[in-house]
Amino acid sequence: MKQIENIQEEVDRIFNSLPPERRYLILFLHRVQQKLGYIPEEALLRSAEYFSASPAEVYGVVTFYSGFRLRPSCQHEIVICQGTACHVRGAQAIKEELSRILEITPGEANSGKNIALRTVNCLGCCALAPVVVVDGEYQARVNLKDLKKIVEKFSKKSR
Amino acid sequence: MNQKKLSTFQQLRRSLLSGREPLKTQRLVSVSAASCGRASGALAVASALMEEIKKYKLEDSVKVILTGCHGFCQFEPNVVIFPERIFYPNLSQDKIPLLVEKTLLQGQIVSELAFSDGQEGKIYPTIDELPFYRKQVRWLLDSHLTLEPDSLESYLEQEGFEALERVFSGMAPEEIIKIIMSSGLRGRGGAGFPTGLKWQMARGAKSDRKYIICNGDEGDPGAYMDRGLLESNPFSVIEGMIIGGYAVGAEKGFIYIREEYPLAIERVENALEKARVSGLLGENIMGSRFSFELELVRGAGAFVSGEETALIASIEGRRAFPRQRPPFPVVSGLWGKPTVINNVETWANVPLIIRKGALWFSRIGTAKSKGTKIFSLVGQVRYTGLVEVPLGLTLKEVIEEVGGGPEPGKKIKAVQTGGPSGGCIPASLFSLPLDYETLQDAGSIMGSGGMIVIDDDTCILDFILYFLRFARDESCGQCSPCRVGTRQMVRILEKIARGEGRLSDLELLEKIGWTMKEGSLCGLGRTAANPVLSALRHFQNELESHILRKECPAKVCRELICYEIDKERCTACGLCLQSCPVGAISQEAGGYPFINQALCTRCGVCYSSCPPEFSAIAKVNRRQVDPSLGKEGE
Repeated sequence: MKQIENIQEEVDRIFNSLPPERRYLILFLHRVQQKLGYIPEEALLRSAEYFSASPAEVYGVVTFYSGFRLRPSCQHEIVICQGTACHVRGAQAIKEELSRILEITPGEANSGKNIALRTVNCLGCCALAPVVVVDGEYQARVNLKDLKKIVEKFSKKSR
Repeated sequence: MNQKKLSTFQQLRRSLLSGREPLKTQRLVSVSAASCGRASGALAVASALMEEIKKYKLEDSVKVILTGCHGFCQFEPNVVIFPERIFYPNLSQDKIPLLVEKTLLQGQIVSELAFSDGQEGKIYPTIDELPFYRKQVRWLLDSHLTLEPDSLESYLEQEGFEALERVFSGMAPEEIIKIIMSSGLRGRGGAGFPTGLKWQMARGAKSDRKYIICNGDEGDPGAYMDRGLLESNPFSVIEGMIIGGYAVGAEKGFIYIREEYPLAIERVENALEKARVSGLLGENIMGSRFSFELELVRGAGAFVSGEETALIASIEGRRAFPRQRPPFPVVSGLWGKPTVINNVETWANVPLIIRKGALWFSRIGTAKSKGTKIFSLVGQVRYTGLVEVPLGLTLKEVIEEVGGGPEPGKKIKAVQTGGPSGGCIPASLFSLPLDYETLQDAGSIMGSGGMIVIDDDTCILDFILYFLRFARDESCGQCSPCRVGTRQMVRILEKIARGEGRLSDLELLEKIGWTMKEGSLCGLGRTAANPVLSALRHFQNELESHILRKECPAKVCRELICYEIDKERCTACGLCLQSCPVGAISQEAGGYPFINQALCTRCGVCYSSCPPEFSAIAKVNRRQVDPSLGKEGE
């Protein structure tokens, strides 16, 4: 995890790249998350001041969009596509099996293995369904019985 | 003045294209490298290709290009070789030496690499012969075979910005609007509002400032037409928007793209930068008196952002809450100013119409639906991918001829169009033509172009439950018909899926559905019940089977099925035993596996671990094994 000075520095740098207009709030949040991996409370509070909104309003925005995280992410991330094509080709069973292997439900992280699990509505790679993305790498036509191997392969790799 | 404007385009072409070999005379190997292609290893195939070409010293005579989506996403990575348009699907690095030696060096078609339909073993060497492509009319998509998405040069070479040049050589905004109107182009985002009319309303609105927006928040799960267009031909959307801005009198536009599409974002960002540097965006575009700037806005993961008023709120930096309409955005949109919002595909059609004319565009289609439409044909159908067909083609033609019909041994049950706002059209109605009004009358909608085919292995109940869970999770929660309605529908459907439903539940679902339709604030809520209402209309029997017989005909609903070992097929290999995550499988005398139904969670891992040549695990209706199931419901 990054140190607090580091957060302040980064946030300042991002403020410098954006005018204090409300419409840049979401872009600001994107950039913070891109740099730090999540949106720390500090950044949230300061952005409220910078964009002349109440902290509650900023919190409302952050929690409304599923793309923003309020907690640090893990070294590894597995994303399960829940699109319609993936669903009819077994994404539900894949979600359950991955939850079982990692002992977490989507939205949580297994800190021992340093893997976070989450679902996404649709990645638009429907012809390759079902799709699972591990650390940004797309796995096409995933089969239930391959999941263990996929998890093992990636949890050994460091990013 | 006209002379001067004309020359700025000519100057741009001369400075960027001089020294480039004309496309038509080149031996071109086009590698499909949009998201689907990359996910299947297109980049590795491309570098292997280039290495092999170097080995034979063919660099000067063969050009390898990385393009966007070729459309046949199921067979990625694939290449098309020009000028013959030879199509090689499912390539991998080990096939490259053969391809280079035989085709590029000796000019032969390699039948082992060509597409074969599997069943009859017929070989289709060129892309135009493939059944998947034959019925398509690829006005927008065909250019994806030869366009390099990151290259302005490549776009200019292929009629790029010729429409804009024509506009600046003396067309009045009113004239453009008239052309778009008489072309019959309707919004490709789903609602089908006439594009020209929308532009005219915005043009007529009195305001010091106006905006235009490209809606690339393609949220419907199972649909990726916009991703395909943005990743493959970002400049066409930009050109369409400059023309649109000029027509309605807007000097600022926004392209909103959902964050789940990183490659589309990257390519649009790149295209915008190149357009700015070349004077195609900014002050006095190409020496004209028209100034126009475009900005990319990245979504953050909310389905409802695709609703136009919600999208506006999101660009303004707020939660994507829809608001009451009217006033419509053309009257009061972004920051209260008149705003035109069109979908990606709508914008991409604009340069085409300006270049070719309204008459040309409207010559295909039906009386009220003109031109072509891109669909993502996916699900349980033999061939899947992005397809572009003339409006008016029947569902049967799209699903059976383009899509190749059912997967071997299966039977297609229905097609779902319009995503969570649409409905299921049963196979018995596949003779219906693709037309905005026809699909609506059949209880679905055209939608943005998702076309998910389902066969007998998909349970209608499970399928609509999927959509309702989606709508429940994505409901913004402002109005109760949607917030509460989706929740209650999910509860009732889950109850039926457990075998605890009653016939009166179906009536209740219908009542809730109509309440949501009438009472919700925005399009998401008003259409969220459509999957359920269309299933009640077309698949009542299948729903009733869950209630009356406690049977799931597709054997999907977990509480109503169980797995059994077919001893006649089983070879006692032990794979299922090892794979069972809950230890419900043990060995009987003779080494055969035995499933303890009390422990089994019906997760299906054993079913998928049983080698297909044995297929010794069967799904059966639980009622056959456990007659006590759900007695009270009858």
